[in-house]
Amino acid sequence: MACSARGALWVRLLGAAAIFVAALCCSGSALAADGDFEAALKALAQATDENVTQAVELLGAVHDDPRVLGVLQALQSDNLLLSDSGHVFIRNSAGAFVDAASGAPKGGEATRQTVVDNSVRRVLVPLMARLELDAADPAVRLEAVEQLAVRASDEDAVALRAALEHEKTSSVQRAIVSALAELDLASADPQRRLAAIDAVESFGAARFRPKLRALTVRSDDGTYAEPDPRVRARAESALGRLDRKQMIVSAAADVLYGMSTGSILLLCALGLAITFGLMRVINMAHGEMLMIGAYATYETQVFFHAHLAAYESLYLVAAIPVALITTMAVGAVLERAVIRFLYGRPLETLLATYGLSLLLIQTVRSIFGAQNVAVENPPWLSGGAEIFEGVVIPYNRVAVVLFSGLVVTFVGYVLRGTSLGLRVRAVTQNRPMAACMGISTSRVDTWTFALGSGVGGLGGVALSQLGNVGPELGQSYIIDSFLVVVLGGVGKLIGSVVAAFGLGILNKLLEPIAGAVLGKIVVLLVVVLVIQKRPQGLFAQRVRGMESA
Amino acid sequence: MRSPVGLRALRHADVFLVVTVCAAVAVAIPLLNVELPETSALRPSDFLVTLVGKLTCYAIVAVAMDLVWGYAGILSLCHGLFFALGGYAMGMYLMRSIGTEGMYRSALPDFMVFLDWKELPWYWHGFEHFTFAIAMALLAPAAVAYVFGFFAFRSRIGGVYFSIITQALTFAAMLLFFRNNTGFGGNNGLTDFKRILGYSLREPSTRAVLCAASGAGLAVSYGLCRAITSSRAGRVLRAMRDAELKVRFCGYDPIAYKLFAWTLSAMLCGLAGALYVPQVGIINPSEMQPSSSVEIAIWVAVGGRGTLAGAILGALVVNGAKSWLTVAFPTAWLYFLGTLFVTVTLLVPGGLLQALGSIGNLRHLKARFIRSAESKGTAETAQPTDAAHPEPP
Amino acid sequence: MRKWFMVLAAWCQLGTAACDKGDAKPMETAKPAESTATAAAPTAAPAAPAKPATPSTGPIKVGILHSLSGTMAISETSLRDVALMTINEINAKGGVLGRKIEPVVVDPASNWPLFAEKARELLQKDAVSAVFGCWTSVSRKSVLPVFEELNGLLFYPVQYEGEESSYNVFYTGAAPNQQAIPAVEYLMSEKGGGAKRFVLLGTDYVYPRTTNKILRYFLHSKGVTDDDIKEEYTPFGHSDYQTIVSEIKKFAPGKRTAVISTINGDSNVPFYKELANQGLKAQNIPVVAFSVGEEELRGIDAKPLVGHLAAWNYFMSIPTPENKAFIEEWRAYVKAQNLPDGDKRVTNDPMEATYIGMHMWAQAVDQAGTTDVDAVRQAIGYQSFRSPSGFDITMDAKNHHLHKPVFIGEVQANGQFQVVWKTEGPIRAQAWSPFIPESAKKVADWTYPWVCGNCTEGKYPGTTEVAKR
Repeated sequence: MACSARGALWVRLLGAAAIFVAALCCSGSALAADGDFEAALKALAQATDENVTQAVELLGAVHDDPRVLGVLQALQSDNLLLSDSGHVFIRNSAGAFVDAASGAPKGGEATRQTVVDNSVRRVLVPLMARLELDAADPAVRLEAVEQLAVRASDEDAVALRAALEHEKTSSVQRAIVSALAELDLASADPQRRLAAIDAVESFGAARFRPKLRALTVRSDDGTYAEPDPRVRARAESALGRLDRKQMIVSAAADVLYGMSTGSILLLCALGLAITFGLMRVINMAHGEMLMIGAYATYETQVFFHAHLAAYESLYLVAAIPVALITTMAVGAVLERAVIRFLYGRPLETLLATYGLSLLLIQTVRSIFGAQNVAVENPPWLSGGAEIFEGVVIPYNRVAVVLFSGLVVTFVGYVLRGTSLGLRVRAVTQNRPMAACMGISTSRVDTWTFALGSGVGGLGGVALSQLGNVGPELGQSYIIDSFLVVVLGGVGKLIGSVVAAFGLGILNKLLEPIAGAVLGKIVVLLVVVLVIQKRPQGLFAQRVRGMESA
Repeated sequence: MRSPVGLRALRHADVFLVVTVCAAVAVAIPLLNVELPETSALRPSDFLVTLVGKLTCYAIVAVAMDLVWGYAGILSLCHGLFFALGGYAMGMYLMRSIGTEGMYRSALPDFMVFLDWKELPWYWHGFEHFTFAIAMALLAPAAVAYVFGFFAFRSRIGGVYFSIITQALTFAAMLLFFRNNTGFGGNNGLTDFKRILGYSLREPSTRAVLCAASGAGLAVSYGLCRAITSSRAGRVLRAMRDAELKVRFCGYDPIAYKLFAWTLSAMLCGLAGALYVPQVGIINPSEMQPSSSVEIAIWVAVGGRGTLAGAILGALVVNGAKSWLTVAFPTAWLYFLGTLFVTVTLLVPGGLLQALGSIGNLRHLKARFIRSAESKGTAETAQPTDAAHPEPP
Repeated sequence: MRKWFMVLAAWCQLGTAACDKGDAKPMETAKPAESTATAAAPTAAPAAPAKPATPSTGPIKVGILHSLSGTMAISETSLRDVALMTINEINAKGGVLGRKIEPVVVDPASNWPLFAEKARELLQKDAVSAVFGCWTSVSRKSVLPVFEELNGLLFYPVQYEGEESSYNVFYTGAAPNQQAIPAVEYLMSEKGGGAKRFVLLGTDYVYPRTTNKILRYFLHSKGVTDDDIKEEYTPFGHSDYQTIVSEIKKFAPGKRTAVISTINGDSNVPFYKELANQGLKAQNIPVVAFSVGEEELRGIDAKPLVGHLAAWNYFMSIPTPENKAFIEEWRAYVKAQNLPDGDKRVTNDPMEATYIGMHMWAQAVDQAGTTDVDAVRQAIGYQSFRSPSGFDITMDAKNHHLHKPVFIGEVQANGQFQVVWKTEGPIRAQAWSPFIPESAKKVADWTYPWVCGNCTEGKYPGTTEVAKR
């Protein structure tokens, strides 16, 4: 840390030059000023699996040739072919392979693909990032700066400083300044180090922590790694502030993760809340509704892949009504065939639906196989958004939270804004009176059960984006769903919403402290205790003549 | 009014059935297994002995479950937990009796050695004594049940809510026991047992004795539950099942009765677990999983809820079917089982015992009809082809 | 009424006895353990209880003990399928000793006591000559006493944590030194990224715990301190890895970090999805998994996982002619049997291990001239088989493990693995890890004069040499 940074820079440049020359010797071709690119291409084409990295470095050392980036990008995305005669072909925008140097289309000569593994990527990606510093698109430039910042070398510092000169976009400027500040923490000049600490503190990113820490550390013989006491003091205070900020950020992140977990719980439990809360039917087969919804999503994906490949990324939108209708149908059939005969006997319903769940699991296993099936995230749901430094919320989770809100609104609307909903509420509150008023209670029951199952199917659509899809998908969520419904109180949907998010957030807050298992156990015990205190749940519906079943 | 012939016979027949089963399990099968030479045609195989012993332990659990559900009206979905706790108590004794013959040749159980623990945790002390282990097998489930039941019944949680929080309880316990750091072997559980009370567990005679002990346990549990349900306490329990408020107004304290039945039931499950583990050779937290407890309720429902003999019948039939079906139809057995559960709950709410009873009833009704028809002088010559009356082998 | 019940009860009793009588075939030569006074006698020698002797004509029965329902069905049904395929292959070539092999398939339903019960049933009632089965360590541990008591043979095809060597089991899966240790060595090498900081992430059960224990000692021996090792466990079925992934991100900066994942099958999907969505790139923080193979990748969208690693003794993408033939045979079998998911079915390491194990058993039976367990056991040692991985795999007669090659592969977008490193040839398994102090002294050697799987001195006096590791 105390060695001269400038000296190190010279040593590295010298080293790079040495490698460059050595690579040239290995490739055996003479170095010509404007044949650099062709020579590098030839080296790449003739490289064996072990030499690919060196060939890539050689390419990267070619200056000021815009074709280099194209070749590197093709290499990374598996769109590059090599021939033994020394030609390199890349796929152009039309999809055909053309010679990288001349642009001539590929003939019939034999080609092979080169092995791109992590060791190649480790060289390739930073090289590309350095070249992309000049890209037209600011998003690409930003990505490149962040990539370089992960493990910036001094060559990268040179490139970054050069890029800063003519950078106009403010977000990219900030990123470059941040990366340079991190590098400056190792600078020889104490003033620069102080300035770097200030800059770093203003960015407040967690990844600076190790370097700041290194400035304050004291070795066994009493000396400090950092000679200047002012710098040390400033580093200490910056570290303290950083840690405090991190705590807040972590807590906020945990709350966000908890909301995401809660939204999943809500989607799983909402259908159950409808069937249990409104009908007092304990549906142990509800987990299988989730599973059927997930499989319906899978089948939609397969269908789109086979017949509507152009719109494949939209399969998820189509999967929603498909899953809804499928599970509603299954629910209606189950209700008519089995559950109808068990009203008023909640404990028998539990057992009969347990048998039904076994049947459903085995049926799905026989049709689709025992193994999990692959449901892909559509491209617009992949990746994540960085909310704070180091806290990335994946898009699919954000989508699930929004989706759960939509589903709650939908259910609320159905229950409050439609005549079906009115009848459902009437039957729930006072069945005999509703029957007297001419409402066909058995029809309403079928519709309610179908609705509950349908919402379960929608939950399955969400689950398919987040985890496994297999025959036993539902079994992992059924207990949690029941607890959410019971905790939230029967008969009111707001109870389930509050209970789901509450449990999710509590779970995620406990997890860093107590570990996943103990956190879960504590949550379960909390639920049991709350039920002891308030047996009817948090938001109980006051209904005449109803006891706790 | 005289109760119908069928019902009266039923009341005695179920006792007879249970006594036969207990005698077979406790006496006949083990004795024949040990005494008869191996070439004899009547000798039950070693495999059968272990299987019967296992089924009998399940039957004890079913009896315990029927006590709280059939007679007291409490659907408990955590009996698997009590069963497993009893099993763990016995398992801990069996682990201690391995001594230094384990894989790591250490005084500590193997799993503690590979977790790098240096000494026995405090809750393992005392399990080197058989009596202590048996006592804990009875007391640990009882304690858990008592504490949980005390708070639950006091808050008047009933019916479905109670069932669901019992599921939460067993789920939490399962997660706890799956943790390796909890000190019960984690997912591997307790296994690799060598001997019990000095007798090797691999000897057929030890297994026969365990089978006999299971049979005896079943007889004791059945006798105890029968005594309770026939007594005044049993009447109060049944009354509470049917109309708790009225019983309360009559001056009885339902909490005490419920707690009593509930705790006793947990103790019986613990006993069953303790008898189960040496016969099966392993105890692991998946016994505590929520679906196992639901299955226990299914056995009782299938056999006949509210009749202790029905619970035993249900446990034997369902588990026997499972053992047979997983060999005969390895890919389709879940269909059979699921269909069985659904049809029994739907069509025969009183379970198999009711079905059998009504078949028997049918025969008597037909006989009376024939007699009354003959006495009126009409010629009813058709002999009922009695599907219910099996041809003697 | 009473009579009716009496008849019913008697009928049941006779019926069960009859069921049983039908299977207790004439006891020709049941194997009493007292007669085996040869040098190869097992250390624990209880009187082996009566097992119906296997007949000497007619089909040879072989047991398949894999879960076809429950949580483990996802992994184990393929093993049953490939076992049946191998039996078909052997039968098509004439079978064993001129007799056909007949499979006896049972479903222990991921229930551990049921495993022991089914194992006993297979050995005692069905009189099978060998059993191919088990996946989890719990299932193996639960059936082990049964096999040792009844002197059966079990072929166990899954990678596991070692620390075991039984007289009655042949381990065709990898021990930690054939999977975990080479993987970590690769990660620490220049080509693998030169990792200096490690996250040991696993599901909370014995395989990850033991493997991580061995790895920790190994890392210490390579100079990595405890500050640079982070060990985390999640429960089974855990699906929410947000917190854990963000912890990894906080732990990583400063040194090159790698994650060693012993997460159990099902939880891998949410873990990888979370990794990808939170932006952890494989070339910066590579994750090597020991329980993720082609079968697990089939259920995931593999595009975000490109670059992450797995270590096995076989990959479906290995370009040898033997592997090509194996995959073609598998595809043909899947088609002929109309198995679900037809052309998307893959082959993986445990399937290859089952294939090897079955062939070795068949070879040993042919060589021994009988299905008698003691004879076959002697004949299996040193059996050699050219496996789909292209190497000649041999069975070590001493510790009952296979010598296997190690491959490290990177995940491709199409769900296959690209081999980035492999050993020169097969490595011998170390049943007892030399990195764990308690185990380092132990010897697993079933040949004379040690004749034990877990001992520090030989069974026969005068043993002074130290067993080769």
